[in-house]
Amino acid sequence: MRWMWIDRIVLLEPAKRLVAVKNVSMAEEHLHDHFAAGPGQPAQPIMPASLMVEGMAQTAGILVGHAEGFREKVILAKVSRAEFTEDVPPGYTIRYDARVEQMGPSGASTSGTVERIDPATGAATLIGRIDLMFSHLDQNMSGEKFPEENFVFGEGFRTLLRQSGVAIG
Amino acid sequence: MTREEIFGKVRTILVDALAVDEDEVTLDSVLTKDLGAESIDFLDIVFKLEQAFGIKIPQGDLFPDNVAQDPEYVKDGKVTPKGVATLKARMPHVDFAGWESNPEIGKVAELFTVRSLVSFVEAKVAAK
Repeated sequence: MRWMWIDRIVLLEPAKRLVAVKNVSMAEEHLHDHFAAGPGQPAQPIMPASLMVEGMAQTAGILVGHAEGFREKVILAKVSRAEFTEDVPPGYTIRYDARVEQMGPSGASTSGTVERIDPATGAATLIGRIDLMFSHLDQNMSGEKFPEENFVFGEGFRTLLRQSGVAIG
Repeated sequence: MTREEIFGKVRTILVDALAVDEDEVTLDSVLTKDLGAESIDFLDIVFKLEQAFGIKIPQGDLFPDNVAQDPEYVKDGKVTPKGVATLKARMPHVDFAGWESNPEIGKVAELFTVRSLVSFVEAKVAAK
């Protein structure tokens, strides 16, 4: 599960909306470098924004893949928008809420919000918006051929879906 | 809806989808060469056109697929006369003049100007 940036799916409305959460932990290696202490500056561990884009890509990607029974190889093709207003330190939960805007044979567009949840109070704060575009690899316009096997939705994703109680079909 | 109004909406869509400035988008702008559009941007543009104009754009309608891969249509990097005829029939919104005398497949993308997009939408809106 080295590259899973969501921990659990908490809501799925097929082909419409998927909500997933990730708990940010001090045990994550990358937080010790992002950002490490420097001259005259204490360490400031915060979840990298780039990995929150990946978290949203996984959230929205599962939503798009699920809509087609995971038959399509769903690839992140474009980050149309990514805005963040606040940081997420360890000990907080990130909630990714992804919605399908449009879907067609060659791909899909999604919009999404990122919230930071404080487990101490349960309060949720909107901290970002991420809109994405996904391409169905086998339907691409260049006509390029890819392996039959769906390498996008591998074992890591299947485990996550199973653990979250989502039927894979 | 007038052609001018369609152009205005198309321009807003391109500014949004391609992160270009409004004044960069003229009727003569080539989507790839002038505005930096890549293949995935075309899908983005199709989605946005559908939403903004309430039209349906089936795959291959705006940009025909399977032409470049067909040996009947493309030979030695050039589009065959049959291929040219097919493209013309399937893309009435595109102006082929100038390209036709040296129909390189690599230059087909440059035929997609903002004007061709506006013409495409105009026909779709009229057929609604």
